[in-house]
Parts: sequence; C-alpha cells; structure tokens
Amino acid sequence: MAIKLTTYGNTAGLNHRFTVRLTRDCSAATLNQTDLALVVSPARECDDLTQYENFAVVITDSSVLFDRLVTAGIPAARVQSTEGYREGYIVTIEPGSGFIRTIFRPESPHNTIFTTDRCNSNCIMCSQPPKEVDDSYLVEENIKMLSLIRASPEYLGMTGGEPTLLGPDLIRLLQAAKEKLPDTHLHMLTNGRLYKNLSFVRRIAEVDHPSFISAIPLYADVAGVHDYIVQAHGAFDETVEGLYNAAEAGLAVEIRIVLHKQSIPRLNQLAEFIYWNLPFAVHVAFMGLENMGYVKKNWEDLWIDPVDYMDSLGAAVKYLYLRRMNVSIYNLQLCLLPQSLWSFARKSISDFKNEYLDVCAHCTVREHCSGLFLSQVHRHSEHVHALTVV
Amino acid sequence: MSRKEFHLIQEYVSPVVTYNLLPFRFMRLDGDSVLLTNDWGEFKIIAPDTFERFIYKQLDTTGTDYFDLRAKYFISDTRSSDHLRVMASKYKTKKSFLDGFTKLHLFVVTLRCDHSCPYCQVSRQSEDKTRYDMTPEMAHRAVDLMLRVPACAVTCEFQGGEALLNFPLVRDIVLYATERNRSIGKFIDFVICTNLSNLTDAHLLFFREHNIKISSSLDGPAFLHDQNRPCSRGSSHALVEYNLRRAQEALGRENVSMLMTTTKESLAYPREIIDEYLRLNLGSIFLRSLSPFGFATKTMKTIGYSSEEFVDFYKKSLDYILELNRRGHSFPEGFATLILSKILTPFSNSYVDLQSPAGAGFSAVAYNYDGEVYASDEARMLAEMNDTSFQLGNVLDNSYEQIFFGERMQAIAAASCNEALAGCADCALQPYCGADPVYHYATQGDMFGNRAWSGFCKKNMAIIRHLFELIRQTNGETEEIFWSWINQASREEMKLPKVPWLSN
Repeated sequence: MAIKLTTYGNTAGLNHRFTVRLTRDCSAATLNQTDLALVVSPARECDDLTQYENFAVVITDSSVLFDRLVTAGIPAARVQSTEGYREGYIVTIEPGSGFIRTIFRPESPHNTIFTTDRCNSNCIMCSQPPKEVDDSYLVEENIKMLSLIRASPEYLGMTGGEPTLLGPDLIRLLQAAKEKLPDTHLHMLTNGRLYKNLSFVRRIAEVDHPSFISAIPLYADVAGVHDYIVQAHGAFDETVEGLYNAAEAGLAVEIRIVLHKQSIPRLNQLAEFIYWNLPFAVHVAFMGLENMGYVKKNWEDLWIDPVDYMDSLGAAVKYLYLRRMNVSIYNLQLCLLPQSLWSFARKSISDFKNEYLDVCAHCTVREHCSGLFLSQVHRHSEHVHALTVV
Repeated sequence: MSRKEFHLIQEYVSPVVTYNLLPFRFMRLDGDSVLLTNDWGEFKIIAPDTFERFIYKQLDTTGTDYFDLRAKYFISDTRSSDHLRVMASKYKTKKSFLDGFTKLHLFVVTLRCDHSCPYCQVSRQSEDKTRYDMTPEMAHRAVDLMLRVPACAVTCEFQGGEALLNFPLVRDIVLYATERNRSIGKFIDFVICTNLSNLTDAHLLFFREHNIKISSSLDGPAFLHDQNRPCSRGSSHALVEYNLRRAQEALGRENVSMLMTTTKESLAYPREIIDEYLRLNLGSIFLRSLSPFGFATKTMKTIGYSSEEFVDFYKKSLDYILELNRRGHSFPEGFATLILSKILTPFSNSYVDLQSPAGAGFSAVAYNYDGEVYASDEARMLAEMNDTSFQLGNVLDNSYEQIFFGERMQAIAAASCNEALAGCADCALQPYCGADPVYHYATQGDMFGNRAWSGFCKKNMAIIRHLFELIRQTNGETEEIFWSWINQASREEMKLPKVPWLSN
C-alpha cells in the first residue's frame, strides 16, 4: 500500500526549517533537545506542559493541546493525524507553510537521501523533473538525517536530481554516510556524466565507502539515441567515459535501462554493448516505466505495452544471463512477464508509492509481484490480470 | 516545463553526418553474407549490399545497420567521440594473456618411456638413467627461472618421456619449488603428464598432498588406442582405464584430464572415440590433430593425413558432440570451446597453441632433460631431430635475461604476431587465430611461413569458419550449449532459472 510522506499542518514558535527524529516517549528529551520532536496523540487535558519544553517541537493532532502549547510558548505543529508519525521516523518541518516531509522510516527498505532537485540532463521520461533551484541546504539536512538514524539500515538510496552536481559536498555526504552508517549499502542514482572527471571519481573512491554502488543509466548503444532520451548532446560520451573512470577508480557500477518506446528498438544491441564494453558492471537492471513527471507529458512518445516488448526484453535478459552477468527486471508485474523471466523480477517499487489493482486481489502470486506504481493505477497495461498458478 | 521544450530526435540523430571507417577485416561467409571483425574480436555479419554501402560511405546514418556498425566500433563519426579509451581497453583485455609473461613451464624430467607411440619422436626405450634424465641441479636452475617470471601464477608441467619413470626428480622439483616459493609467494599449479602405466598409490598420495593434477592420453577405444600407443607392459588402454579410475577416485574427476591425438586410423572413428570418453566418465574431449612435423616420411605415411581430412573428421565429431549435448549431456569439445570464447567474449584465454603473439617463449617454455631451454614443447621435439633453431639457452650456462630476451627469442618474436604476418594481417579470422613460428619453420623452413600452403592456416581457418557458420545458424539451444562450454557449466545451469516458490 502506498504511504503518504508529506503533509501540511500549522506551526508555531518555529523560525527555521529543521530536521528532527520523532519520538512518542516524553522522557526522551534528556539527550539533545534540538534533535527530537515529540509526537503527542491522543492528548490529555491533564498533560503537564513542562514535560514538553525540552523538545525541538511537539507534533499533535489535538487543536486544544496545540493552542495550549502556543500560549505557553512551546514550539508546536498541528497535523490532521499523527498516524504516520512513528517512533524513530525522521522528518523535516518548515515553519510558515507547516510542510512536513518524512525523510526516513526505520522499517522501510526504500529510504533515500534526496540530494538535489537540480539536474544536468532532462530525460524525456523523468519521473521527478529537475528544478533549477538553490537547494544547497539539503546537504546539511541530509548529513543531519544521517546522524539521527539510530540503527544502520541495510540499504539507503541516494537520488535527485543529479547527486554529482553537489561536487565536494557529495564527498562530505559520502564520508558522513561511511562514518555514521558503516554497515549500510549505499546506492546512488546518477547519470554518471560528471564522472567524466577522473579526479572527481578518484575522490569519491578515496572515501572508501565499504558498500557503495553508482547506478548509471544507459539507454542506447549509440550516442544519438541516448542523447535524445536524456535531452543532452554529448551525454553518451560523458557517461561512457564516466563508467570507465569509475571502473578504473574501483567504484562498483550498475547499469539501469528504462524500457519505453525510444529505448526498446535497440535493447538487444544495448545488451551486447554492455557485455562487450562494460562487462565490469555488477548489475544490469531493466526497468518498467513509472507514469510520473514528464512521462505524462510525453506519453505518446514513450508508452509501449510491456506485453509488446516482452520478446526483446526476454532476449536481452537471456543474452546477459548466458554471459553470467547479474540481471534484474524492475517495476514489471508478473502477469506481464513469461514465467521464464520471473526469477529476474524484483519487488522494486518503493513501499510509499506501491499499489495493487482490485483485480490483483485474486492473484495467487501477488505476494511475489512488484505490483504497480501508485501513478499507474489508472493508466497501465491492459494485460494486467490475476494469475492462478501456485 | 511544457512539451514543446523537448528537443526532437532529429536534432540528435541528424541524417547529415559524415563517417569514417575504423580498422576492420572482412571475409565472405558461405551463402549471402560478409563477416566483419576488428582487432579485439568483436564481429558483425552483414548482407553483401549493406557491406557495399558501408565501405562506400553510403549507409543511411539514421538506420539500424549504421547504428549496429557504429556501436561495434566499425565506424566513427562526428556525432560522438571515438572512445579510443574503450577500444584500447578492449584490445588490452583481449591480449591480457600476455600479462605476467611466460606462465607455462614444461620440465622434461626424462626421455625414457615404456610406450613407443609412432607420433612421438622424443621418447627412448632405454634403461640408462644417466643419459636421458634431467639432473637435480638442472631442475633447480629451471625452477629458479620459473620463479623469476613476473606472473603471480605459473604452471609447472612435468613432461617426458614418461615423467613417472623419474618420479624422484618430480618429487624433488615439487618440494624445491614449494620451498623456494615460500618467500616469493606465487601460485604454482603443478601438472604431471603421464601415460598412467606405472601409477602407484605412493604417486597418488604425493599428488593429492601437493595438489598435483594429472594430464594423460586416451586416443579412443582399445583397438584404436592400443594401435596408436603400443606399450611394453601390455595393453596401454587397459592400464589407462584401470588407473584413470584410481586417479579420479584419489584426486577428484576435475583433476584428471585426458588428451586425444588424432591419427590416420582415428579418422574413421569419431563416434567411437567420443563414446569412449563418455563411457569413462570424462567430462569433455579435446580433438587434437598431430603436430605433423619432425617425422620420418615413412611414419607420416602410416599415421599422417591432410588438413582437409582432419577438418572433415573434426566437423563430424563436433556434430556428434552437439547431438549428445542436445540429448542432455554436458560434454564440451575443448578446441571449439577455446575458439568460441575468443569469438563470443571480450576476454582473453590462455591457449598457448593458438595466440598472437605465439605461445613459444611468450607464454610457454620447455626445459629439456639435458638442461637446454626451448621455446615450446614442439621446439624441443624438433631438437631431437637435430635442429636446435629454437633453443634459447641452457639452464646451467645462461641467465634469465639471456634466455628470454636473447637474439633467438627476438627472432622468434618477430615472426610471432599474426597481425604482422602476410596472409594473416588482412584475414578476418586473425583475432581468433594465432601465429606458429615453430610449425612454419618445421614445415616450410621459414618461421614466417607462407599461408597459401600452410596446414596450420588451412586447419584453423576451416574450423573457425565452421564455428562462425554454427553461430550464424544457431538457435536458442545451440547457443545455450556453446555458453555451457564457455562457462564450464552444465546444460541445466544455462537455462533461465525457475523461481523457488513455483511448484513444478
């Protein structure tokens, strides 16, 4: 089930945007009060306000308590419901707009560090279109978030925008991740174009993170098609050069291919290109389209029913499998894949935007299926159906 | 951002582009197609009319053929850089068998032998141990040379004669090399070539203790094997069969391999030979042709054959092996596997008999029983015919530098690269083939050789062409078989895996 990660509430007594970890234990503020937010629900009339004073902010769904806190001069935020604010979650709160974003959930395998909204490419199928904004404050927020995580999660993604645009700040972020969460696999989505700068790649490698993968997209085996898809002249050359720099510096790379009308025609040649030129890639992921961002705008140029490209995908997967490369299929429902490809299909869709259709309720393999993106619920392959195999 | 802000594909894949041809070689295959290959062995098979348009620079630069050739680096254009670094890296990867220099070191511990195989010119039926045995002093100097090469992993292979007839020296070399290596830290792979006729439990115990692998000979069923390999102790085949099982049990099946040599007599029995390998639970076969030189004319008439005859035998055998694999056996043919991995993978393989630069001296060296050092096993056989052209020095008299970088070796090296040999330099099969200065010297009196009447060229071209035909006509099943061979995996492991949670 999809989960809502952002809400708007009312705030009082806050004068800047900050990042806090949530607790429901009012005796917890003995530590560092500027890092903890207390979630109070349900509120009781008898609540002793002095026990709230040591928290950075008190989050409540009670307008009565909120008013009392405001009167007492205690920083407070009022939200519709505190149901989504669990122990150990990390959120950012903006005063004024009252915007609260959940940025870390300890129980989720899909947490990501959102590095920036900026990007040097402009892919026609981007699910999170870039914005030309100054969001350099995110660096400190992210480092703060890393310091607030109590137990190393198994896995942490890094995404954007384009994380490498952070330059030296990316090195700081990676260093912080290594120091604070040494046991966490770090998986960064980057277009790899700035990896054309070998000294930059070397500096990333020198961080010597114990488990760091750069997941880099390659959409075609020839420059023109790739450059068109990412809407940037020279991008293919930069990415290929970047992949070689990464290999030379000893950074692990994964290749990601989004499947759509523009990438399908050369999919098999792309698999050949990867094997012959990038055999050092630790993983190749073929990914179904997410109907978000630019995809909605460019639907006609992008949409091809997965059923109609299954032969190409099957051939590409088999080509790489025979050559002993590590292959996965992301975001495609089992009912669209032949059984021979099921072992490559992963439950890849992040929990907060993962949905199943009503028809899926009767499917016997639903628990093994990636399901759909929330954005696909009303626009998806017409071949999605319940399976009855066991 | 609105839709109109996206640029159209025409801006990136403009038809107005000029292109250049990158270096390539080509050859017409059977039927209607042309094979293109480049220096690191990437290939593309195209139609003749596409080939014409390609070379006259008339390809539609927005079309599939153009993109295919561009992506395999047969074309460069102004749309994108030439990725010189990518090409250099692929070339370097293909040639990485050269890393670390000479890795295969053959120790001829004795020429004495209890077999008198007509295709072997070197063994001696002698009881005189002093005359044909290597001395420990020579052996130690040879080990010292072996441990001087930069490679972090070397193979120490015991040859004969029959190496086990001088087991004390084998033992001495293993112990000496292991001891000397303690401070050097190389990985030493020990292999003993033996006909298995006098294998004792003590031998097996020692082999197991020191991880020594066995390489032996099996030419086919008894009637054929015993004709090819007459033995003074009785039926060689019976001894091999009995001792092969003992060796497999003691050392594990994977540590005992068999070599098959094809004689004129063998040509009529491809199936029988292969069935015998299956019967004895040998997981694969390597169909090896005679090294057809250094024989007396009379012997050659009895056991020799033309390249064409061998190729015909090879194709029949390979057909049968493929049929067996289709029936579910995981049973590769060794030579095809090596060629296929050269054609189908970007990686290098270390097959010293077919590479460029040639294996002689660069990848292999033979220390003869008398301390003389030769560029290859064939080179020391030539020496037994009183031709020491490929003698690089002597372990007692010459230094590592004199042996491996002396004038002799440099003369061999000059004839060792098929990239620079007339007839090879422009052959489309060059990246998958090799140079063989010893062969060409022995058969034509000239290390460079003339490809027009080279049996080496005839045989290898025919087999590599045949494999290309099989690749071209391949269906999913043959492809799986080929990859099971390349990956040394079972047929089952090449099928797309089932999900564990699905019943049946």
